[in-house]
Amino acid sequence: MGRTVAEKILARASGLAEAGAGDVVEPKVDLAMSHENGALVLNQFLEVYKGTTVTPRIWDRSKVAIIFDHRVPAESPKTATNQKKIREFVVAQRIAKFHDIRGDVGGICHQILPESGYVRPGYVVVGTDSHTTSHGALGAFAFGIGATEMASVWALGTVLNVEVPRTIKVNVRGKFRKFVGPKDLILHLIGRITAQGANFKVLEFHGPTIQTMATSGRLVICNMSVEAGATAGIVPSDQETIRYLREEAGVKGKIALVTPDPDATYDQTIEIDVSALEPQIACPHTVDNVKAISSVKGTRINQVVIGSCTNGRLDDLEVAAGILRGKKVGKNTRMLIFPASGRIYAQALARGYIGTFMKAGAVVMNPGCGPCLGIHEGALGNGEVALSTTNRNFKGRMGNPNSEVYLCSPAVAAASAIKGVIADPRKGVR
Amino acid sequence: MARVVLKLGDDISTDVIYPGRYMATVLPTETPEFAFADNAEFNARLKSNEIPAGSIVVAGKNFGCGSSREQAVSTLKGHELVIVAESFARIFFQNSINLGLRTVICPGVEASEGDELEISSDELTNTTTGAKFRVEPLPKARRAIIDAGGLISYTRQRVIERTTRS
Repeated sequence: MGRTVAEKILARASGLAEAGAGDVVEPKVDLAMSHENGALVLNQFLEVYKGTTVTPRIWDRSKVAIIFDHRVPAESPKTATNQKKIREFVVAQRIAKFHDIRGDVGGICHQILPESGYVRPGYVVVGTDSHTTSHGALGAFAFGIGATEMASVWALGTVLNVEVPRTIKVNVRGKFRKFVGPKDLILHLIGRITAQGANFKVLEFHGPTIQTMATSGRLVICNMSVEAGATAGIVPSDQETIRYLREEAGVKGKIALVTPDPDATYDQTIEIDVSALEPQIACPHTVDNVKAISSVKGTRINQVVIGSCTNGRLDDLEVAAGILRGKKVGKNTRMLIFPASGRIYAQALARGYIGTFMKAGAVVMNPGCGPCLGIHEGALGNGEVALSTTNRNFKGRMGNPNSEVYLCSPAVAAASAIKGVIADPRKGVR
Repeated sequence: MARVVLKLGDDISTDVIYPGRYMATVLPTETPEFAFADNAEFNARLKSNEIPAGSIVVAGKNFGCGSSREQAVSTLKGHELVIVAESFARIFFQNSINLGLRTVICPGVEASEGDELEISSDELTNTTTGAKFRVEPLPKARRAIIDAGGLISYTRQRVIERTTRS
């Protein structure tokens, strides 16, 4: 019987010849990632051992990754103390895949894991972060879990009682028009199937548009698969996956690809042709409130944000720099740019993008989650409007329930920053 | 029988249940303070202890969408609220099972604030209006975690078994 990528990965990881949608399995974990919420995981991990004579010990220190990104540098004594506790634990348990607040190897977890070569096709990846779906871009089965579930993984090395999800096949064809890309594709899909359209299911991406898409773009669509409710987003691994892992992540040795069977069973198939797709905007206050740019252009904006685990990569910064070169951010608009990792920051610096942003009047911030989730910087004033390349626009998301967030691509963000209103990058920018 | 103390719509995100700016607070003993923090009136009622344990929040589809932050569950669990929704987002739902927050999947549920509800394993009765609704049963794999008293004790049993075996 034909199997999807998720079914194949979960069968292998659970030591089974086969697994199908609906089966309950206990997969071994290949990579377990946490960020600052590792402080809660640690608390729950110690709870597991309470009242026993067993010494708390992580099942495999080589498979645990901890990356500080949500509140870097710390915004409060509380966060700083959480980070300190985690550092001490990292040393005590000798966790190697630890990325502290650093300019060289620091950054957002969903960029650090791929660029460090920690994720491989066929892996089971869990993370205490909903955007762990990102890593499906490399052909892994990657999903977000809560802190207590991670504590259980740290103790046992498996995820307990996992129901193998059904898979939705998304076939994408057509060539993107200029200044339209992966972000517009995934926003369009979320708008079409709604924020719950893939709840408890996997989105598996196929078609010529996906096959010719670089891993950086695949990371965007898998990242935001969770905004349609998906357990995981997966691009079946291929030659591009190998290219990325070899050239950009420095991976040596054999890389085994996992591909779905041609006769795999899908819950449904969704066809998308991107050749006529316009830039897409998710309007307040849900990610599935998606409109074509033509119907929202001219909307006044106070703050533009480029960055995050969704769109803070080098190609995103390249597009933005191309639009902003020699231009100025509108005088009633603030623009904040935060590269997704130290490595990307350095590359953008070497290519002159950072200089371009600064000359244009943008503020370039340190890599991290930044203003995306309203924790410690870039908050909005009452009644203010943000246009952002991040992934969520829920009420209060950027720290103020009396503000609004629109989501878009880096090209739309850059063009709009110049005009001070939501603007179409295809018109009148250069 | 318990009373509906809050009625909400579809797609209530974890940013609404537990705003990101309180995420540095992680301990289940401390998170209840910030439940629905941006809804100042309801948050104040929760903190004044005028809402009895077992009181019900009724919501539409996709309750708990967004972040995996477990604070969104522990904050509600701390007040011993029961969440009745037409559907739940996956991570929030799993976190609820793991921490023992009572969630009830009830497609088509109709109830207003102040209504009294009676909930059994397969049926919800709005005793104020007389309407009855079907409750979706919990899958067996999730039931096992609840029956063990939550994921901590479920995992603890496994850790002990493994140690005894080896």
